[in-house]
Order: sequence, then C-alpha cells, then structure tokens
Amino acid sequence: MAFAFETEGLVKRFGRTEALAGVDLAARPGTVLGVLGPNGAGKTTAIRILATLLRPDGGRAEVGGIDVVRHAAEVRRLIGLTGQYASVDEELTGRENLVLLGRLLDLGWERAKVRADELLERFGLAEAASRRASTYSGGMRRRLDLAAGMVGDPQILFLDEPTTGLDPGKRDELWRTIRELVAEGRTVLLTTQYMEEADALADEITVINRGEVIAHGTPAQLKQVVGGQAVAVRPVDPAHTALAAKVLRAVSGHEPDESGGVASAPVDSPRLLSEITAGLDAAEVEVAELSLRLPSLDDVFFALTGHHDSRTDAEVDAA
Amino acid sequence: MTASTIPARRPWGLMRHSLALTGRNLTKVRRNPGIFLDALFMPVMFLLMFVYLFGGAVSGSTGEYLRYLFPGILVMTTVLAGLLSTGLSINRDIKKGVFDRFRSLPIGRSAPLIGSVLSDSARYLVTLVTLFAVGFLMGFRVETGPVEALAACALAVLLGFALSWITVVVGVLIKEEAIVQTVAFLGIFPLAFGTSMVAPTDTLPGWLQSWVEINPVTHAVEAVRGLLLGGPVAEAATATVLWSVAFLVVLVPLSVWAYQRRV
Ligand SMILES: Nc1ncnc2c1ncn2[C@@H]1O[C@H](COP(=O)(O)OP(=O)(O)OP(=O)(O)O)[C@@H](O)[C@H]1O
Ligand SMILES: [Mg+2]
Repeated sequence: MAFAFETEGLVKRFGRTEALAGVDLAARPGTVLGVLGPNGAGKTTAIRILATLLRPDGGRAEVGGIDVVRHAAEVRRLIGLTGQYASVDEELTGRENLVLLGRLLDLGWERAKVRADELLERFGLAEAASRRASTYSGGMRRRLDLAAGMVGDPQILFLDEPTTGLDPGKRDELWRTIRELVAEGRTVLLTTQYMEEADALADEITVINRGEVIAHGTPAQLKQVVGGQAVAVRPVDPAHTALAAKVLRAVSGHEPDESGGVASAPVDSPRLLSEITAGLDAAEVEVAELSLRLPSLDDVFFALTGHHDSRTDAEVDAA
Repeated sequence: MTASTIPARRPWGLMRHSLALTGRNLTKVRRNPGIFLDALFMPVMFLLMFVYLFGGAVSGSTGEYLRYLFPGILVMTTVLAGLLSTGLSINRDIKKGVFDRFRSLPIGRSAPLIGSVLSDSARYLVTLVTLFAVGFLMGFRVETGPVEALAACALAVLLGFALSWITVVVGVLIKEEAIVQTVAFLGIFPLAFGTSMVAPTDTLPGWLQSWVEINPVTHAVEAVRGLLLGGPVAEAATATVLWSVAFLVVLVPLSVWAYQRRV
C-alpha cells in the first residue's frame, strides 16, 4: 500500500453547490498532508468523505487501501477524527467522554478507564478530567477533541482546522502535540486556512479552492511558486521608509514595496535578516518593527490564481 | 503501518454499544433534568386538574372520575414522554456534531438511536412509578392484580416507545430545534387528546369519533382500563400491539435510513 489514504477525482454536490469537483489527495504512511484552502473550499467535505460520514457523488476514496464507501466499517477501525464539527459531548466530563468512546471501541470498562486517564494525562487535561466539557477553555476543548480521536490509538488521523480560534501560545502547543503523534508513525490529514500552519506541520501541501486542487507540492516547492518569506521594515520615522527600501533592495536583490510607512521585500533566505539589520544600522534608520513572515493565504491565492478574491460565489452573493 | 489496536469485533456489539450510549443519555438526564421533569409533571398536573376541576361535572364524583381517568393518564404519560424528548435530544446531538463522532466509530449505525430510545424507556418507568404513587394517594386502586397492572404498564411503554420514533424521524430530518418541538406538540394533541381518555366519546362530532376509533392511543387506553379495572381487554390490547409494531416496522428503518443520509 503506497498511501495511507488517497482520493481520486472526488466529487460531492450539495444541491447546486459543487463542494468538491474532482479532488485528488494522497499521503504516504507516516507523513502529514496539509490541505490548505479558504472558507468553503471543500476541506471539511473531503474529510467527512474520508471519515465515512458522507458518500461521494463521484470518484474514489481509500483509507489504508480500503474503499470508504464499500467497506466503511473497516475504515472506521483505522481512523481518528477531530473535526471542526465532529465533537465531544459538552454535558459530560472530559473523562466520561473518553471512557464512553473507549467502551464504544470495545476496550471494556477497565481498559476504557485506563485509556481515558492516559489520554487526559498526555493532553494535559488530568486536572480538568472531572469537569464538564462545557466549562473548558477553547484550547482545552481542542485538546479534548484530539484526545477523543485518539482513544482507539488510530494510525490515521483526520484533523479539521484543529487550531482555528486558538491564541498563538495554545496553537504552538497543539502543533507540538501533532508533531509528536506523527513522530510515533501516524499519518495525518490536516486542513487549515493558514499557510504558516501548513508550512509548520505538513510534508506535502494540497491547495484547494472552490472544490478544485489548484496546487500541490512540498512547502518548499509551494513557496517557490508563491514566493518565500518577506521582510517588512517599519522605521520609527516614516520619512525613512525610502531609505529602508533602499537597504532591502540592496540586500535582497528584489524590488521592495513601500506603503503606509512600511517597506517590504521578498527574501530568498531568512539568513539575509542579519545583513538587513546591519544595513539599516549603517544607514542610521531607527526601526520600530522588523518582521519576517510567510506569505499569507491571500498571497498564495494571488500567486496561484492571479486574483485576491478567494471567496466562494455564495459568499460573494451574500456580501 | 502498524495495525490498529482496536480489538476485533466482539459478539453482541450492537447491544453493548447501545447500552453504553443509554448510560450516557441517563447521565445527561441526571445532570439536566428539565425535559424529564416536564414529561413527569405534566401528566401529574393533568391528573390533579381534571379530577378536581371536572371530576364532579363529568362523573358526578371525583372518585368515580379518577377511576375513569387514571388509565388514560397512564397512557398519556408514556406517549408524552416519547413524543417530547427523544427526537429533540437526537436533533441536538446531530447538530452539535456528537453523532458525527459516533458515526466515525466502528459501531452499528443504529446504536445511537437505540441508545436514545432505551434511555427514554428507563425514564418512562420512573414516570409511571410516580404516577401510580400520586394516583394511590388520590384514592386510585388497581382492581385486578399485580400481573395485570404490570401488563398495563408494559402496554403503555410499548406504545410510547413506538411513538417516540416519530420524533426520531423528525429530529433526524429537520435541523431547527424549534420546528422539531412544534412538530412534537402538533403530534401530541390529536394523539393524546383525540381519545376516550378524558371523557366518553359519544357526544363528539362524527369525524372526530372516526379518528378516536382509529387512534392507537384510544385502544391503549381501553386496554389499560380493562387491565387495571377489569373488563374486556383482548381486542384493545391486540390493536395496541399491532399499532405499535406497525409504527416500529415503518419508523425504525426510516429513521436509520434518514440518519445515514443526513449530512
Ligand atoms: N450540508 C451541506 N449542505 C449544503 N451545502 C453544503 C453542506 N456542506 C457544505 N456545503 C457547501 O459546500 C462547500 C464546501 O464546504 P466545506 O464545509 O467543505 O468547506 P471548508 O473548506 O471546510 O470551509 P471552512 O473553512 O469554512 O470550514 C461550501 O460552499 C458549503 O456551503
Ligand atoms: Mg470546514
């Protein structure tokens, strides 16, 4: 089996909306596939089909080499789902949720309790174990969702926007956890709206928009297409913006952009940052803010499709 | 890829999983007893209100009317409990994504539905015991025997159980909780009140009499009356059982089907 999961020409329609219009996804065992796309791109729909919650209208989807439509029951033994929507029961405590899932997975009472406590410990929820999930903070909820997907120790995980709504600290924490799960040999399908997140976690990224794949590759390949990192400089004195731009041009070799008192330019390597600070020092530009950032989802779409608007027709209609 | 550690399917899976989910539902009822108490107090209120307000006017004495009314209220209790809550809680679970989690597990697709209906049946039992206690305090006595009384309860629970699948179907098909609630109430009135439960039906207009004769609740009320007070039972009991089985045969596959198709 070459791929831990794979879809080919996946199609799903909701009435007149074509949520998926022939999507190919695949991940080799032990890797992370990032599926990057804006609202309404079809990320959740793809995950729900792979997790046997939805039937595709066309195409093929396999998990662990098993067809998700014809052998849904077998597929369910292999997967863990942490959804944007698949969720825990808020009226139960964290422990009750996990014990229930253990019993549904035929662990037996004792084993289910032990497993629940292991997971609560691992995901930093031991102290909150006896509290109702409705009292959990956003970060704790996400960790409990993740733990709920892990009760059967599945080797294939589907994570639908697992960090949406978390503050940066909590997000980094969850990233670390996901990396650990992968280091243990699991395969992960992770959807996200953030290039940064896909870059941080994924071995390969598939970019989808309006139900279609518009790019696929490693993060490095993708960044080559859409431009790598960019450095932005905001001088204390806005009058110095042109001066800062000159430094950026000299060091990066790219034409900088000047607007709103900020000069920015793509850089081919983050190592150029020290040269830029040195250059700014030499030019006596006092810096209020200096940042190195990855292209945003919007930049990615601009590079791939030539326009900024990545919204769906429905959203445009609604606006 | 290493094999998953989920053990192979064990026998009696559907029953075990349904019972685990029943336990979950009962925990939730304990934490959040609102709907349960509604379904418990409404029949008790009806019993008190009808007996003391109308008893004298309808039957000449409250004691006589209590004797007439109690079997009807017994059936109404399980019918209300069935119609009021099962579909609503299922609807909520679907909307919150809890059922998606269950559906992604290797368990029978009907387990969550069976779990809901089973936990409801457990609630009916509590409700019936309460009702008998209140009835006893008001002066109602079973005039037959314990076996007949148990059979009466079983019949009422069977019908409530069967009717609860109406709201299961509605709960699965309709997304808006408020609409599910409305549909449940619309179902309650013709079923629970279009019967000989509150008063004899000879004075009703013809069309309503025809409905009362068809209404499964009417048959259940007559059967329960016979079982508790003595009198002919066989025909009404058979009709109740047939109705319940018919509801189950149609509604259970329908709700499982709707549930699988529901996105
Ligand atoms: N149950 C449904 N009924 C009708 N349309 C749906 C349904 N589910 C999804 N859609 C539509 O399908 C398209 C894809 O939706 P999907 O939820 O897969 O997007 P997504 O990439 O997960 O978006 P988000 O980032 O907002 O979660 C959208 O246009 C959405 O409105
Ligand atoms: Mg989504």
